[in-house]
Amino acid sequence: MISMTKPRVWESFFWPTIAAALLLAVWHYSVVFSGTRVFPSPMSVRAGVSELLQQNVLWADIGDSLRRVAVGFCAAILIGIPLGLWLGWSAAANQVVNPTLQILRPISPIAWIPVSIIFFGVGDRAAIFLVFLASVFPIVQACVSGVSSVSPVLRSAGRNFGLSTSQLLRRVIFPAALPQILVGVRIALGIAWLVVVAAEMIAVDSGLGYLVIDSRNSGKRYDLVVAAMLMIGIIGLILDFSIRRVERIKSVRWGFRNAS
Amino acid sequence: MASAEIVAEAAGTASKLRIQHLGKVFERDGEAVSALEDINFDVSAGEFICIVGPSGCGKSTLLNVLAGFLSSTSGSVTIDGEAVSGPDPRRIMVFQERGVFPWLTVEGNIAFGLSKLPRAEREERVAHYVQTVRLQGFENAYPSDLSGGMKQRLQVARALAVNPDILYLDEPFGALDSITRVIMRGELLRIWQSERRTILFVTHDIDEAVQLADRVVVLSSRPARIKDILTIDIPHPRNISSPRYLQLRDELLKQIGLAYEI
Repeated sequence: MISMTKPRVWESFFWPTIAAALLLAVWHYSVVFSGTRVFPSPMSVRAGVSELLQQNVLWADIGDSLRRVAVGFCAAILIGIPLGLWLGWSAAANQVVNPTLQILRPISPIAWIPVSIIFFGVGDRAAIFLVFLASVFPIVQACVSGVSSVSPVLRSAGRNFGLSTSQLLRRVIFPAALPQILVGVRIALGIAWLVVVAAEMIAVDSGLGYLVIDSRNSGKRYDLVVAAMLMIGIIGLILDFSIRRVERIKSVRWGFRNAS
Repeated sequence: MASAEIVAEAAGTASKLRIQHLGKVFERDGEAVSALEDINFDVSAGEFICIVGPSGCGKSTLLNVLAGFLSSTSGSVTIDGEAVSGPDPRRIMVFQERGVFPWLTVEGNIAFGLSKLPRAEREERVAHYVQTVRLQGFENAYPSDLSGGMKQRLQVARALAVNPDILYLDEPFGALDSITRVIMRGELLRIWQSERRTILFVTHDIDEAVQLADRVVVLSSRPARIKDILTIDIPHPRNISSPRYLQLRDELLKQIGLAYEI
């Protein structure tokens, strides 16, 4: 925080609530004054949410989306971290693989949707593959830069105690790079959540992304569209909040500047 | 035990560390830059050697060659008659700063080099060196919660725990404030007198060298050559306002080419 004045406890709840209430009011009165029949008001979105909850569709869709993210994201961690550590460690390997990686990296995962449907057909595996693709690159990238920025003093200290290369990687390089790796993992999770929604709009017929597109297609239920969007936002927030908790673990906290 | 006795005792034994015609040339932008030229000296077991010289002269390079982190270009370094070919847990380097592992606790750091020991023995050793460097009560603290002086003590404890015969210290107190530095010198002397390791200590602080060393190796500016080797013949504890102390200090200042008056 740049400002030196600390907000009081009640203020840190009061003003955000006011801001959100103002936004809702602007939304509500825009709908009322414009007389739109298509775009829903906050009230009808609220009704939409309770409708979804009563139908039990929402929980099934949330479960499907979360499962796809979990599988694709875990695969990205299991493959991305060892790959990234290896590329960061071996300059020769990095020289060979890096150009290919740099060409693949800027391709939006959305552009892979047709290709993944060819590979996996319309279904779970196509969406999981897209989540994997979206999250593996930031993880590899974070590992490579994390490893290369490990202080030479720590490497020397590790070697001084007689560690072999594999021990050095496991006992010095990995823990030293871990804070940076976790930043990559967090970015990857955020992207994974963005991508699963997009993938579900095209590649599968369940999940929150499918709920959005299906609500529109079957009778222009924009109240349900916005309700689903709201759920996507809230779950994304919860995911980010949970992964931030990992950064508080003591053995990695040293690497984060706002450590307390 | 007084250092004079240790020196006398060591004089009878063969050299622990022998440096002969040591030279180091770096390649920089395609040009050869000489950092060390014709370094010769012997160190006896248990001796405390300080290496001083103007900053950037190659003191740290010398220590890195001795510790096996850098290879020499010419000449040889032998320890107990065996040529140094790389880093070795029998001689441990203590770095100026950020040398402790920030993801490990105090105990974890001290135990770092002890993974091959059985658990009971490891715990015993860790407890012993926590005591030695007076970090009791901080066993489970992380380095980010320690002061600069405590971190350096932790580095010394981690080094001593693997039972090395030589400690290389590369300006270990250089990043500390002057009061802490004086306290740390006392601590190091106390540990040296009880543990009796051979110590090579690089510093640019003349007073530090005269207070600690049995002998002070004075290096010239780059490329570093040995200008002089001074024996500090004052028994511990040293009175830093005694005439002999001041005389040796002046001698060193003159060797380095600093004026008497500012």
